[in-house]
Amino acid sequence: MALKVLVGCKRVIDYAVKIRIKPDKLGVVTEGVKHSMNPFDEIAVEEAVRLKERKLAKEIIVVTCGPPQAAETIRTALAMGADRGIHVEIPLDQMDTFQPIHVSKVLAKLAEQEKVDIVMLGKLAIDDDSNQTAQMTASLLNWPQGVFASKIDKTDAGLEIIREVDGGLETIRTTLPAVLSADLRLNEPRYATLPNIMKAKKKKVVKMKPADLGVDMAPRIQVVSVEDPPVREAGQTVSDVDDLVAKLKDKGFSSA
Amino acid sequence: AVMRGVPQLLSRARLVRAGFSASEPVLAVQAGILQPDKFTQTFVQIRGLKSSKVIYQAPLTAVDIADSGKQLKQELEAIVGPGNVSSGESVVLQHGQDEGPHPGKSPDIVVFPSSTGEVSEVCKICTRHNVPIIPYGTGTGLEGGISAVEGGVCVNVSKNMNKILQIHQEDFSAVVQPGISREMLNQEMRADGLWFPVDPGADASVCGMCATGASGTNAVRYGTMKENCLNLEVVLADGRIIHTAGIGSRPKKSSAGYNLTSLFLGSEGTLGIITSATICLHAIPESVAAAVVGFPTVQNAVDTVVMTLQCSVPMARMELLDEVQMKACNEYSGLSYPETPHLFLEFHGSESEVESQTETVRDIAADNEGGEFQWAVQQEDRTKLWTARHRAYYADIALRPGCRSLTTDVCVPVSALPDLVTATKADIAENGLIGPMVGHVGDGNFHTMLLFDPADPEEFRKCKEVANKMARSAIALGGTCTGEHGVGQGKMALLEEQFGKDGIDVMRQIKGALDPQQLMNPGKVFSRN
Repeated sequence: MALKVLVGCKRVIDYAVKIRIKPDKLGVVTEGVKHSMNPFDEIAVEEAVRLKERKLAKEIIVVTCGPPQAAETIRTALAMGADRGIHVEIPLDQMDTFQPIHVSKVLAKLAEQEKVDIVMLGKLAIDDDSNQTAQMTASLLNWPQGVFASKIDKTDAGLEIIREVDGGLETIRTTLPAVLSADLRLNEPRYATLPNIMKAKKKKVVKMKPADLGVDMAPRIQVVSVEDPPVREAGQTVSDVDDLVAKLKDKGFSSA
Repeated sequence: AVMRGVPQLLSRARLVRAGFSASEPVLAVQAGILQPDKFTQTFVQIRGLKSSKVIYQAPLTAVDIADSGKQLKQELEAIVGPGNVSSGESVVLQHGQDEGPHPGKSPDIVVFPSSTGEVSEVCKICTRHNVPIIPYGTGTGLEGGISAVEGGVCVNVSKNMNKILQIHQEDFSAVVQPGISREMLNQEMRADGLWFPVDPGADASVCGMCATGASGTNAVRYGTMKENCLNLEVVLADGRIIHTAGIGSRPKKSSAGYNLTSLFLGSEGTLGIITSATICLHAIPESVAAAVVGFPTVQNAVDTVVMTLQCSVPMARMELLDEVQMKACNEYSGLSYPETPHLFLEFHGSESEVESQTETVRDIAADNEGGEFQWAVQQEDRTKLWTARHRAYYADIALRPGCRSLTTDVCVPVSALPDLVTATKADIAENGLIGPMVGHVGDGNFHTMLLFDPADPEEFRKCKEVANKMARSAIALGGTCTGEHGVGQGKMALLEEQFGKDGIDVMRQIKGALDPQQLMNPGKVFSRN
């Protein structure tokens, strides 16, 4: 009983880029800056492709909510081995207000429409660090969730997932369908090869808007300000231990 | 008296180092352009100045005490900005020491230029002050190539010049600044289906790799730096900026003019500073499979390699690890390979090509008493396999905590490899040393990490002897004294053996033409005369 997998991916600023805050302090500079697929989503796509290679999955649909430029992100996923894509187009100037709650509603709707067995996401996006989408999607669908997955196996009754938690590793079993999110150690994603990049250009990508899925885009969170971390102050050299103790007392670190 | 140049008062410390007695008050004169090997010492009456001796000499260092040192620093600050010039102790210390066993000498000043134009101005200033120039990439060399043996100005071109200037996907080429390393470049291109395959052990800078003619585990199929460099932008000692294959040129081949690209590749900073490189990219292979196979003896393993090459199997990687190295890897990386010589192999191609390649190599290995092949196909399994190989150096150091390693590097025609390896292992055993062996056997290139206690000069001497003997044998067998690490300081005598006096003299003449004041990285590759 081969599974149908819906993989979500997001176009984010490349992890290697030095982030700069916009002058209006309401966001970061994105124009002219290198973007790529969220690294955790690469891991999610890779896991879906491996499920297909293990003959556990029969079709992989990749979906992204993003501006026109996000078409590149879908193509990368298709080059890695996804079968077809859905591009939910958000105008570039509305990206800031398109938040995890909206993405979850889109994914939940698509999961139902496409009748998928697994929704696979990255555990978080490196631009907003929200770590909410997988959980909210599961809740909207009322499906079990296996988040921070570091190993996924199929059982007769459903899935066995090993999760990375603070204290170590936790093994859970879920029924299907389920929502999963990929953690860092789940796998190491493959590189897209030129022949596959060329093949990906021929794979089908359907475009739609959030309204087509009945999702209203009004923001629920307002970003008040974005600031740089405080500039590191110069250290002070002390001449001897007495000086050090005196300075510690002055700054209130020692009551003696 | 006829005198050119500005009189400079040099500190006693410097002059003592140059061989003068500490009690002589000396006025040293830095003359203008001199014949590189002329040293003239004369007593000259200089009107109005108290002096006992005047020296015309090839460059001495810009110095702490004299005004000339301060002035040099000011002139450099005016070009690169005061934040990008440093003579702080920890900074100069770091910039004089690479990762080899030879203690390095610190430069006097380190500058961090931000553009080719700035590098050019820095060179002009150093030329005017007659001060050595040492180019610096990542400091990951092994032969003391960045040691400032005559002091001078170290030009760190990596810190502020670290952009990928262009990537030409369809032409399979990229133009990069010196601060870009192989890993940075491959990360940038990871979604485009391209990669840069020259992978020396450390994450070296691409331009540093050009300067040493570096190579790596993929050379057997994809070539070394020399086969993967189309053009270089170089700043000469006098500040001139040239493009070795033509301005902005990046065709796959050219018959235009002298091959200056080849001249500067491997010149180890002795002819100019590389400020940009145009390099070849390759397509990421469709299918990649890695395997590890053990053999009873090194001879078996090397015979397998020779036969595989003779069958024209386009192997991507063929690495030999001897039994000592396997033990080290096991202990360091927590693995459990049998402690016998192993080949680490990698196959690239389409799925069907990889299948047929592996079948051929399997048969050859079996004919040579090879064991079971252990496969790795998934990305993370392959990464784990090759990490064990790439960490060989650290695994070796861990064999004997506190020790350092003299890493040798010779390359011979592949047919000569079995004999050289066997002879070297015997030599190591005879001298009672620990010397794990790791080799790019597909190229006939291998390294031994000869371990020595830094507090034991006798042991170091033995290591040096074994290393020299190995290099001499390699030369006698039709090979070279350095396959990929460069000559630096460590192998200057061997270079003369390999090329003969006339060969080296030609090199000296070329250097004399491009660097008449002998400022570019003095004391490396070959001596002045």
